[in-house]
Amino acid sequence: MNIPSDLKYTKSHEWVRVEADGTVTVGITDHAQELLGDLVFVELPDVGKELAAEQEAAVVESVKAASDVYAPIAGTVVAVNDAVPDAPESVNQDAYAAWLFKMKPANAADIDALLDATAYAASAAE
Amino acid sequence: MTQKTVLNDAHRRLGAKMVDFGGWGMPLHYGSQIEEHHAVRRDCGMFDVSHMCAVDVTGKDAKAFLLRLIANNVDKLRESGKALYSAMLNETGRVVDDLIVYFIADGRYRVVINAGTAEKDLAWMAARLADWQLDVTIAARRDLAMIAVQGPNAKERVWQVLPETRPASESLKPFYGVTVGDCFVATTGYTGEAGFELALPAAQAESLWQKLLDAGVRPIGLGARDTLRLEAGMNLYGQDMDESVSPLDAGLAWTVDLAAPRDFVGKAALLARPQQQQFLGLRLVDKGVLRAHQKVVTAHGDGEITSGTFSPTLQQSIALARLPLACAIGETVKVQIRDKLLDAEIVKPCFVRNGKALI
Repeated sequence: MNIPSDLKYTKSHEWVRVEADGTVTVGITDHAQELLGDLVFVELPDVGKELAAEQEAAVVESVKAASDVYAPIAGTVVAVNDAVPDAPESVNQDAYAAWLFKMKPANAADIDALLDATAYAASAAE
Repeated sequence: MTQKTVLNDAHRRLGAKMVDFGGWGMPLHYGSQIEEHHAVRRDCGMFDVSHMCAVDVTGKDAKAFLLRLIANNVDKLRESGKALYSAMLNETGRVVDDLIVYFIADGRYRVVINAGTAEKDLAWMAARLADWQLDVTIAARRDLAMIAVQGPNAKERVWQVLPETRPASESLKPFYGVTVGDCFVATTGYTGEAGFELALPAAQAESLWQKLLDAGVRPIGLGARDTLRLEAGMNLYGQDMDESVSPLDAGLAWTVDLAAPRDFVGKAALLARPQQQQFLGLRLVDKGVLRAHQKVVTAHGDGEITSGTFSPTLQQSIALARLPLACAIGETVKVQIRDKLLDAEIVKPCFVRNGKALI
């Protein structure tokens, strides 16, 4: 499995990158895109939307199935990657480049509770 | 316990993602479902369909048995090799399974039934046979494997690999089958493309599969099989109809012969309960993906999607749906997708044929 060590993860297969300005960038993992298969539709949240941790934030749909993407932590959506709904296959091509949305965390400390690469690898292998 | 076809190892060697389908471990895809879909529309691909069950129905009363067993009329089968698509109904006029019956010769028919329903169907057929006391033998041919090769170049590739089948199959019209040596070659399929379905002794299947691979035929999984059949407007048992649905409400009225005087299982129930809904296609106008069980809101009442997907050929989402009888092709309806009502257009339930868009 392709699980970069510099990212944080959730059990529900989101990856999280902590940026220098304190915001977090969120996408789905390579393992998740592989489980879903060819993506054909992505729906992103509205900028400004406040999300609770584990609340549905985005939807990714493959030919096969629809899947929710959850907010890894509580916070506010500050940006979305508009290129992805126009080219959902970009998530299959590089799940770590095709980010979905950025959040401003409600509590920066919540990030510490996310999984590291090793813990995610163990969780995903279950 | 998941059953395996004789090609199970071949699928794994090709890196297939395997899933359970109707109790069988089958390839979902070999990498990209969409690329597999396009390969069948543009060139050709092959499917392991050995999980489906060929059943030979033979004996003096074979025709009488099938006349009574299924909703379509095997009396239409006069030429050797001719195939007929039909539903098999229960006494309440609901669908036990859909099947294809081939007329081989007088007193010899081959019926191909679905994988997940095979045991149920065989028990149903045996029970009817016992009720009717006919001189018929029913033999499930689990000794056979089946490979479907489909696409504009499918026939040429099959003839390249099995040249001995060419003379007999070259002039075969659609929906016929012919026996060549150990191989039964049929111009049937589940994709809306030209091609063959080949039934052959299981022991020969892996060798044929490999030869077809070597000839450039791409292996195709169940994922693309589903998007191909949906684009072709073909029903899937368990999704578009089952034992709770009348064939008249599932777009299968054309396969039900109510005109001939013969009686068949479910006929009285169909006559007592005419069509309640119509089975039509939907094309999503907005962005999103139509899925089974989504609610369709129309000016004439609600309907329900039975199969929906993203169509790789049309690059938009399409569906098959049961809608109120008053709905008409061309009307715009709303489909409930999560918390939104999105616009969809009612279209003919056949979206793509021979590589070309029909809507």
